[in-house]
Amino acid sequence: MKPSPFTMHRPTTLDEALELLRAYGAKGKVIAGGQSLVPVLNMRLAAPEHLIDITALTGLDGISVAEGSVEVGALVTHRRLERSPEARAAQPLLRAALGCVAHPAIRNRGTTVGSLAHADPNGEMPAILALTGGWVTARGDSGERRIGWEDFNVGPLETSLEPHELLTSATFPALAPGQRGGFKELTRRTGDYALAGVGMILTIENETMTGLRASFVSVTDMPVVVDLGEAVAGVPVAAADSAAPAVAAAVEACVDPVGDIHATADYRRRLAGVLAGRLLEELAQPPAGSAQPRDSLAPAEGAA
Amino acid sequence: MTVAEPHTTLRLNVNGISHTVEVPDRRLLSDVLRHDLGLTGTHVGCEHGVCGACTVRFDGAPVRSCLVFAASAQGHEITTVEGIGRDPEHPSDVQQAFIDCHGLQCGFCTPGFITTIDAFLDENPNPSEDEAREAVSGNLCRCTGYQNIVEP
Repeated sequence: MKPSPFTMHRPTTLDEALELLRAYGAKGKVIAGGQSLVPVLNMRLAAPEHLIDITALTGLDGISVAEGSVEVGALVTHRRLERSPEARAAQPLLRAALGCVAHPAIRNRGTTVGSLAHADPNGEMPAILALTGGWVTARGDSGERRIGWEDFNVGPLETSLEPHELLTSATFPALAPGQRGGFKELTRRTGDYALAGVGMILTIENETMTGLRASFVSVTDMPVVVDLGEAVAGVPVAAADSAAPAVAAAVEACVDPVGDIHATADYRRRLAGVLAGRLLEELAQPPAGSAQPRDSLAPAEGAA
Repeated sequence: MTVAEPHTTLRLNVNGISHTVEVPDRRLLSDVLRHDLGLTGTHVGCEHGVCGACTVRFDGAPVRSCLVFAASAQGHEITTVEGIGRDPEHPSDVQQAFIDCHGLQCGFCTPGFITTIDAFLDENPNPSEDEAREAVSGNLCRCTGYQNIVEP
């Protein structure tokens, strides 16, 4: 359980990091918090010749909430983002999902942008980037480019990032007025990977539901956003529970999970539907305060 | 043919003392603490971040030392279980509570619990039982069933 030998680089400026990536990017990996990468290295599922540790860079640790979105620097830990009141107010889905990312000790070190770069279909944050319609920003040979979530994720554990590129931030658009967001997952043990997880944004106009979209964790092999608007359109918020079975059925009809040692494909599909129905009912509850957008739902159901 | 693997000289601040060690680049913080610095209070269980036995305070926050390369710990303050409490005769309040409440049996997981709880109580000195359980949810203990660790 020790990694194979590699050369560690620890740049202190972004230019130095990009130069190292130009030289070693194809044979190396960028490491930030390393909470997913180090287990992969310890188990020798990967053996890069070079590691480029970006944690000594400055200027990548900001959380900025402006212009209807939350921009998260590459070195912001899950824990810092989870605890940012500004980020929570603008996009409650962040905190709701971050509370389900492993254990506090992992969130203290792991970074949200790193988790996006890792692109694990069992990870919460790629699903949240997709659900919110977010994007990442990368720096490389040809300067800076913005990559929308649909173009960023190209497969399980695979992104469109080039070997010479470094992710510098991720941007999660805020909830619009009238929208509510929530996240729910089921784990065998607190802090484990989810058997299934679902994030949702519900749109309400004049006490009537007009839109619903969802994304999933451990259910789809890469992030997708499913439009469930038909199942709720025109239903009063107060009668949301009557729409929950239709929402569950719509989810089960459109996802095609794979089975593994932890859960069969059928169980995962059913679980995704059930969680979606329950989450809709929770989102339809009257907000605790009058403030919009609504405060986050507490992570529930075995969430860490 | 064997090729010497890359080594680097690191300066690490552990329990308030600055150490200089020359280690392979791939050496984990947990292994530097144990092998190079002789601080064997930090235990190594699963080596992939699940068990929590290797937890140390990293700039105050509980972090898995098996998931951090020693090189990445440069410039940060590391506190191991040896840095909590004055010496074995004078344990910290958390350490004394583990003794008094039978919070351990075999003791393998205990250093990770002590560092985790020490940091948690700094932030939240009067937690509810739910908060206490959440705080130790990332630490596995096979002896106590957690009851004596969490009990008020």
